[in-house]
Amino acid sequence: MAAPSHGVIATFDTASDIYHAAQKVRDAGFKFWDCITPCPVHGLDGAMGVKRSKVPRFSLIGGLIGFTTGMSMIFFTGAVDYKLIVGGKPLFSPMFAFPVSYELTILFTAFATIGGMFLLNGLPMHYHPVLKTDHIHRGLDDKFLIVIEARDPKFDLAATKALLESAGGKDIAEVEA
Amino acid sequence: MSHADSAAAKPAILNEVQPAELPRATLVEHGRSFSWITDKICGIIEGKTPGWWWVCFVLACFVATWTVAGIVYLVATGVGVWGHANPVNWAWDIVNFVFWIGIGHAGTLISAILCLLRQKWRTSINRAAEAMTIFAVVCAGIFPVFHVGRVWFAWYLFPIPNSNYIWQNFRSPLEWDVFAVSTYGTVSVLFWYVGLIPDLAILRDRFYKAGNKFRSFLYGFFAMGWRGANRHWSNYEMAYLVLAGISTPLVLSVHTIVSFDFAVSLLPGWHTTIFPPYFVAGAIFSGFGMVMTLMLPLRSIFKLEDLITQYHIDCMCKITLATGTIVGYAYGMEFFIAWYGSNPYEGFAFINRAFGHYAWAYWIMISCNVITPQFFWFKKIRDNTWFVWVLSIFVNVGMWFERFVIIVTSLARDFLPSSWGYYSPSIVEIFTFFGTFGVFSVLFLLFIRFLPIMPMAEIKSVTPQGDPHAGHGDH
Repeated sequence: MAAPSHGVIATFDTASDIYHAAQKVRDAGFKFWDCITPCPVHGLDGAMGVKRSKVPRFSLIGGLIGFTTGMSMIFFTGAVDYKLIVGGKPLFSPMFAFPVSYELTILFTAFATIGGMFLLNGLPMHYHPVLKTDHIHRGLDDKFLIVIEARDPKFDLAATKALLESAGGKDIAEVEA
Repeated sequence: MSHADSAAAKPAILNEVQPAELPRATLVEHGRSFSWITDKICGIIEGKTPGWWWVCFVLACFVATWTVAGIVYLVATGVGVWGHANPVNWAWDIVNFVFWIGIGHAGTLISAILCLLRQKWRTSINRAAEAMTIFAVVCAGIFPVFHVGRVWFAWYLFPIPNSNYIWQNFRSPLEWDVFAVSTYGTVSVLFWYVGLIPDLAILRDRFYKAGNKFRSFLYGFFAMGWRGANRHWSNYEMAYLVLAGISTPLVLSVHTIVSFDFAVSLLPGWHTTIFPPYFVAGAIFSGFGMVMTLMLPLRSIFKLEDLITQYHIDCMCKITLATGTIVGYAYGMEFFIAWYGSNPYEGFAFINRAFGHYAWAYWIMISCNVITPQFFWFKKIRDNTWFVWVLSIFVNVGMWFERFVIIVTSLARDFLPSSWGYYSPSIVEIFTFFGTFGVFSVLFLLFIRFLPIMPMAEIKSVTPQGDPHAGHGDH
């Protein structure tokens, strides 16, 4: 096996083809591999054995921080730092603090969700080897690709190529690292 | 009777009949392929700038200068150059603010609420509608910022320690507005950007192939190295779903809080509990009006009939009909409560709206907002694109007048006849407002020239070939 190789790439024509091919690669026990599709393909997560996304955990934490920030900011400004009685009302009440805290919950959740998504996806990454292949042009347009990485313990160049071929893959090629 | 008995007691025919699935309208007509969709949408950006674009762009820039001139004059002179004074201290500035914010709401509604409701027809129109939202929020922001008078102190609205060391009054709905609108603007931009990433990656690769290194770099920079990997899609879709989930209460809360600006005051005609739902329905109504005003010309100019099908227009018309009817119901209910509540000031406010000095505005509002949408009951009218387009403009006009009627009539004639007045706008106000249509158009024209006007990846996922189980039944 050539040392600087990133892995092997294969092309599939339809969403159905890649769905069944993904099941085969999953069953062969590969860990470091991925399907490249022009659009999210329904059910492909299951076929690949990808677990449910962890993004909502980031969202929840972001939301909690946002709500706490709102409430404590309003408590600090109104009831601690500069006590100013307005209309004889209490210096702090969660009621009037709610709308701002609510908006901050949403704002922080949005940032945490998107930040979490980028973090989990390892993006931005402009230099990924797959982006250097010719396959990627069609892979974002109308073809479906499977990439199996060389760092996978089960990886063996000839056997992996054969597996992809038997799964219906075309235009199988090595990806330079 | 046990379960088995009840099954046996059923007429046999019910066990045999297999009702056919309801036919679903195709969302992409003529069985267009993936690459057709990519070529079609990228082609708009890659092709030569059309002549009409330049004409519209120059015209829009010219109109936008009215806003710039109006604002420069206002800052140099003072807010007195706008026509509002006692007793009408809020007028076109807040009318225009609420109008533009309302326009924005359809974009978030399409991208968030319809996403949660799994309404797949949203895919062709959501990108342009979200762009509309962002540009509408930009236009909306101009008015409250400049109506504060000394605009260089506008940062006092944010909780940053100022020289007087007094914090903001968080009991005030106007302060809530600051948070609501800035959150709304920020989340709309984030939502829009996340949706753009996969499409920017396609453009990056296409420009790279075409040898345009500069544009490939620019699109690539913002695409963040997107490579369409399924593990990425999995997180991406989850993030999109969460964003839709939080944008839904956001869009409802923003206009609710905008309505609180009025509803928590004691002024007759404003102090009503119906305001939050009524404002939200009105916002969605006006937003869909604007979506149709923008999308129908885009559809015919770029020949997008296969992607924005008659079914899409039908759906939009029906939402406009539903929200317009809610708005009409709210008008009736306001009148009813004014009478039923037996508050003489409230009663006067409503009779004055319909028959007082501003009756002309009231009846424009009623005809545009209550009568116009009723045409959408008829399939023949929904099928007639020109007619729909004209009606959608009436919706926009009507919703501007609604805000005008609510804001100005209540202030012009409140409790004390000694403080009554009549407001009419100054020329500066008029130009500043109409200029914002130029600002909006400039931004929108740049958008359709440089960014994909439809989410290609999402459209692909709703085509039959995007479904791995099409015709197999395996899961």
